Amino acid sequence: MTTPVELGETHGAEVGAVDKPWQTIVWNDPVNLMSYVTYVFQKLFGYSRDRATKLMLDVHHKGKAIVSSGDKDKVEGDVAKLHAAGLWATMERDS
Amino acid sequence: MNPWRREGDKIVTKLERQEAAILRAMVSQVSDMLEARAEEAPQDELAELTGIRTGPSTSPDDPILSRLLPDFHRLDEDKPEKDAMDSAAALRSLHEPTLLDMKTGVAAVVLETCPPDGGLVRLNPEQADAWLAALNDVRLALGTALDVTEDMPDELPDDDPRADHLPVYHWLTVVQEELIHAVSS
Repeated sequence: MTTPVELGETHGAEVGAVDKPWQTIVWNDPVNLMSYVTYVFQKLFGYSRDRATKLMLDVHHKGKAIVSSGDKDKVEGDVAKLHAAGLWATMERDS
Repeated sequence: MNPWRREGDKIVTKLERQEAAILRAMVSQVSDMLEARAEEAPQDELAELTGIRTGPSTSPDDPILSRLLPDFHRLDEDKPEKDAMDSAAALRSLHEPTLLDMKTGVAAVVLETCPPDGGLVRLNPEQADAWLAALNDVRLALGTALDVTEDMPDELPDDDPRADHLPVYHWLTVVQEELIHAVSS
């Protein structure tokens, strides 16, 4: 993935500082099935099977994965949906 | 149990009488816990007036409820930051009532579609998703109670107090795994 350098510079620090994006994190737990976690990522976020599987494997092997990001409202909504599905999700500010 | 299979847009299985009884009992039990938590929610006139409900601001003491209703932030167990605690409290009061409704809602779908004496279960796609979420909640509850680990053995030694309940957990795992397979096939 590429990021145009000009864009970041033109918008300056102002936007970045105020609108610091949030991240949705899913943590590993011993109960949730790998197939279920993959299914939930596909269903909730519309991710492809490959992307959902990769995120699930990150959760499984690394203990956690960032599954979405954006402004606070969006991430808050994503965490709420993941809780409804029974996944262990939290949100934090991108640092 | 018979594996789940697709019939057109329906997902179908057949449960033995005893399987249906266990499933309904487990789902009801978790739903009752969630409803009891919902009744603890603070009642105030403003909430009644505006229709905006507020839930409790602190995590349940009970480890099962606490797993079903997680915090919105990962808090440091020893010295949580005050900002994170305040934010987690606010987000919990805002979102918990809806989360409880969703969880008791999926439990209700299972109780409506699982015949008490066993027999045919026929689910449309929405009902199948409700079953997946409800089965997951029950496995989370039982898994927390039994303190399961990722490499849980099929059986525990007879003198382990959890030995009798572990087969139910493993059975629920199979039911959920097969349902995921049928839904995503």
